[in-house]
Amino acid sequence: MADDSTITAEDPLTGDEIEVPADVEVGEIIDSPVSGAELEVVSTDPVELEEAPELEEDWGE
Amino acid sequence: MNVGILYSRIRRDEKLLLNELRERDHEITKIDVRKHQFNVHNPPEIFEGVDVVLDRCLSTSRSLYVTRFCEAYGIPVVNGPDTAETCADKVKNSLALASADVPTPDTDVAFTTEAALESIEAFGYPCVLKPVMGSWGRLMAKIESRSAAEAILEHKETLGHYEHKVFYIQEFVAKPDRDIRVVAVDGEPIAAMARSSDHWLTNAAKGATTEVFEPDAEALDLVERASDAVGGGLLGIDLMETEEGYTVHEVNHTVEFKALNEVVDVDVPARVVDWLEAQVPAETGVTA
Ligand SMILES: Nc1ncnc2c1ncn2[C@@H]1O[C@H](COP(=O)(O)OP(=O)(O)OP(=O)(O)O)[C@@H](O)[C@H]1O
Repeated sequence: MADDSTITAEDPLTGDEIEVPADVEVGEIIDSPVSGAELEVVSTDPVELEEAPELEEDWGE
Repeated sequence: MNVGILYSRIRRDEKLLLNELRERDHEITKIDVRKHQFNVHNPPEIFEGVDVVLDRCLSTSRSLYVTRFCEAYGIPVVNGPDTAETCADKVKNSLALASADVPTPDTDVAFTTEAALESIEAFGYPCVLKPVMGSWGRLMAKIESRSAAEAILEHKETLGHYEHKVFYIQEFVAKPDRDIRVVAVDGEPIAAMARSSDHWLTNAAKGATTEVFEPDAEALDLVERASDAVGGGLLGIDLMETEEGYTVHEVNHTVEFKALNEVVDVDVPARVVDWLEAQVPAETGVTA
C-alpha cells in the first residue's frame, strides 16, 4: 500500500506549489516544505490544503 | 466490519491504522468530530452502520464527550468513556493506580498555593508539578528550590485556567535517563520501548531516543494491573525504573504508537487491528 509517489498542491500560506504524498487523505497533516507550517488536507481530488489549527492545551495522548 | 474513527487530525498513527484496516477490507467511517452535532437523543447520521468506534481524538475534551455519546447511542467504543475519564485526568489516573495497589509515584493534590507549597516543602527538592490535563510533557515543572516553587505557583495562580489551580505535586523519581512505554490491549502487551534523554522529560514528543524494551515478569504484571485499574482497552502504560522496582506514572487512553512501531519488529497497527477484530463479534454479534 505504501506509495512513494507525490502530487503537487498549493501551499495556502505562500502560494507555492508543493509536493505531497499521492496517498494523502482528508484530515491528514503535512508539513509545508516551503513555510514549515502545518497544513491540513481538506480535500483530496484535487488536493486542497489549509493552515492547520494551532495546538490546544488539551491535545495529547 | 465497519470501523468508525473519531478524529480531528489524521496523524501518522491514524494513517497506519487506516491502512491496516483497508488492507483487511474493513469498511471505514471517518468521523471528524469538528463537523458533527451530537444530540442527546439521536446519533448523528454518520454513525449509521458503524460496528465499533475507535476514539483517536487528539483533543481530550472532545474525546471525553464523544465517547460518552457513543456509549449512550449503544455503539461500542474503544476506549470506553470511563477509561477515557480516568486516563485523561492525572489525578484520577494516579488515584486509580494507587487504589489498585499498582506502584505509582507519591502524589499530593492541593487547591491553594499555600497548601501546594506545604506539599512541595514536604516532598523536598527536586519535586514535580504537573498540569492535571495535558500531554507530551508540556507545562511540567521540576522544582529545585523554594523560590522557584513560589514563582511557579504564583504564575499558575495568576495566569492559569482554573484547572491550573488544581496543584498536582509529585515526588521526583530518580530514574535512569529513560522511561518505558508499553502499548497493551486489555493488559496484554503488543510491544514496548525505552525512551532516553538527557532531559528529565523523556517523552518521544520531546525528542527522546527510543529503543526496544523487553518487559520482564514484574513489568508484565504491572502492565496488566495498571490496565485493569483504568478499565482496560487499548492503552499506553508508562513506567519508570527505580531501585525498588518499577513505578507506573500514567496510563494513556488515546495512545500514540508511531515511534514504537518504528523501533520494534512487531507490526503494532496490525496487532491493534487483530484485537479490534476480536472485540467486535464478542460485543455486537456482528461477524468481521
Ligand atoms: N515524578 C517524576 N519523576 C521523574 N521523572 C518524571 C516524573 N514524572 C514524569 N517524569 C518524566 O517526564 C515525562 C513526562 O511525564 P508524564 O508522562 O507524566 O507527562 P505527560 O505530559 O502526560 O506525557 P504523555 O501523556 O505524552 O505520556 C515522563 O516520560 C518521565 O520521563
